[in-house]
Amino acid sequence: MTKGVAITGMGIISSIGNSVEENYYSLIENKIGISRITNISTVHEDVKVGEIKKTNDELISELQLNPDNNFSRTAMIGTLAAKQAVEDAGITSINEFRTGLISATSVGGMDMTEKHYYDYFEQPELVKYIACHDGGDVAEKIAEQLGLKGMVTTISTACSSAANAIMLGARLIKTGKLDRVIVGGADAMSKFTINGFKTLMILSDDYNQPFDNNRKGLNLGEAAAFLVLESDEIVAKQNKKVLARVSGYGNANDAFHQTASSENGDGAFLAMKKAFEVSGLKPSQIDYINVHGTATPNNDLSEGRAIKRIYQDETVPDFSSTKPFTGHTLAAAAAIEAVYSVLAIQHNVIYPNLNFKTPMEEFDLKPQTTLKNATIEHVLSNSFGFGGNCSTLIFSKS
Amino acid sequence: MKKTYINGVGCISTQKTFDTVFLEEAAVNHDENVLAIIPPAYKEYISPAASRRMAKGVKNGIVASALAMKDANVEKVDAIITGTGLGCIEDSEKFLKSILDNKEEFLTPTSFIQSTHNTVGAQIALLQQCKGYNFTYVNGAVSFESALIDAKMQIEEEEAQSVLVGGVDENGEYTTALFKLNGRIKADNAAPYEVLTSTTSGAVYGEGANFFVLENERKENTYAELLDIAIVNTLKEDEIENEIKSFLKFNNLEISDVDALVLGFDGNAAFENYYRNLTENAFATIPVLYYKHLSGEYDTASAFAFWMASKILKTQEVPEIVKVNSAEKPAYKTILLYNQLNGKNHSFTLLLK
Repeated sequence: MTKGVAITGMGIISSIGNSVEENYYSLIENKIGISRITNISTVHEDVKVGEIKKTNDELISELQLNPDNNFSRTAMIGTLAAKQAVEDAGITSINEFRTGLISATSVGGMDMTEKHYYDYFEQPELVKYIACHDGGDVAEKIAEQLGLKGMVTTISTACSSAANAIMLGARLIKTGKLDRVIVGGADAMSKFTINGFKTLMILSDDYNQPFDNNRKGLNLGEAAAFLVLESDEIVAKQNKKVLARVSGYGNANDAFHQTASSENGDGAFLAMKKAFEVSGLKPSQIDYINVHGTATPNNDLSEGRAIKRIYQDETVPDFSSTKPFTGHTLAAAAAIEAVYSVLAIQHNVIYPNLNFKTPMEEFDLKPQTTLKNATIEHVLSNSFGFGGNCSTLIFSKS
Repeated sequence: MKKTYINGVGCISTQKTFDTVFLEEAAVNHDENVLAIIPPAYKEYISPAASRRMAKGVKNGIVASALAMKDANVEKVDAIITGTGLGCIEDSEKFLKSILDNKEEFLTPTSFIQSTHNTVGAQIALLQQCKGYNFTYVNGAVSFESALIDAKMQIEEEEAQSVLVGGVDENGEYTTALFKLNGRIKADNAAPYEVLTSTTSGAVYGEGANFFVLENERKENTYAELLDIAIVNTLKEDEIENEIKSFLKFNNLEISDVDALVLGFDGNAAFENYYRNLTENAFATIPVLYYKHLSGEYDTASAFAFWMASKILKTQEVPEIVKVNSAEKPAYKTILLYNQLNGKNHSFTLLLK
């Protein structure tokens, strides 16, 4: 078994908390973040979302940005989470080692674009926001705020984006290309995604119910999370505390349909299989699966079948989706769930899959529905996205 | 550690770069500030029914990748890695406009589905039934180079033997209007538009799709070896030369070993010194080449330069139209590419014959 890449810091902001601690307590105290939308004016005012309860003005003052800044909401929450992660890792001199930033986003600065789209030609003071539409602008802003000058890039593979950012970061450390990488993702709520998922008819008008036979779809959420990955040399040299390790990762494409997953979850199966190969772990060694579990009819069936294929005759470990707490935070989902996976390892807990009542008729998979204490050595976390992009990460106790 | 070879190329650009030898029909357009691609015969690659539903960038990506695979004589690849600045921006525009114009009612999902940045990579995977590794990078001017770094790592670590890697961007009408407004694109009615002698800010914009087959072995049809790529987010004007020297040194090379330097001159006057300092000083006696007067500027325009450098190494010919200075070399063995945008997102790429 390989040792994996050390995680030395984490930062997060989501609808269930503005810090790692707040998120953890919400998870173990069943405090959900899903509510009616307040920060965006939309005709779908009854839509339930996992919203960060801070206005843009509050975020601007928290980050102490100049009045002439052109930060999108995505960039602001991304910066907050990345700053927390860097501080948590005890990094004081960001360019001291070869340090990179790998971010992830699906819609980037769409929140500003959709707000000002038709006003740009009339209101010169808004023109500054045109440039922040670019997906790479979020990483750009974070790098600038951290003072990070080296390798900066962004991955956008829809809802699996942040998993791929973590995967790339781990590979960059493993291959010795970088000493330290800040990895994660950010996505703010936007009318664009609310309406997009609505037209696809996969938005639930109720609280989302992953792996329930009567699930009606997902709730959208907004969030950002970043983790600091460091080489073993730095960890040894600076005597750093290792929170957990990225021990496995796998990426595959379902190659089935632009937005739907294949019935047997080929992509998901291959991603998990590769992650086990990289980690050298056996499926039976996993103590908890943080499933993608978006609560859409298609995802949960496809993911469930893929898990059954991995485990065959063996018992499937305890699993749950944390999306009833946070909503589906798209490109940030795998990053916040990476934080939750590390917390599960640190605290030896399995989070409840809320809102579950009726097992799915297609198989005998039943998620963990209450908070459970158990020794957690290895957590598997899945993330799948449009375009058939399937990713699996495995986190292990250090 | 396995080496990475460029074994197939496919280029759809604002010039005629398919069914041609090498830029012999290229022409500089001084009259327009937004250049459109010269479309290939899509129906030879995509059924008309499928083609109607597809975004322009998706179609160009599919054709460019098919050209690259045919050129490399491969039927399948192990991984598909794409870079794009703005993704399928036309569909993003379409969906956003219908949200705003119809007050969030009466929407259809097609343009939303196509608007995600990974659509091109996903559609290629779907067509080829490639279930392997599939990533899409979206980081402005280093989107393509991020994909290259990943592809090279895949081959070095023997995670893949063959990788299809590409850069693709399309022009969207409303977005180009916004870019004229914020100065990224040069003002309308300011022709003639020049690149090397420009004194104004902004650039002439373009679009394109450039795909490459990278493999872990040298073949008869190999264009070049991809020796190294580096991306650096922030560098000052006076740091470039040293950065290049240390990048070369890391690869056991010196400036005198470089047979051609390909620079991203785009006529954005305020940032041209990043390039000009090199041509006037450290690289004064080395052939310096440019390309954005042909391809236009866009986030993945540097993939056009990668195509051009690959062709030079294979044909050993440098078209007159891309020369910045009159320096020549008897043979072209080592080519360095350098690009940046507004002093950010610097990339350095080394190709070896």
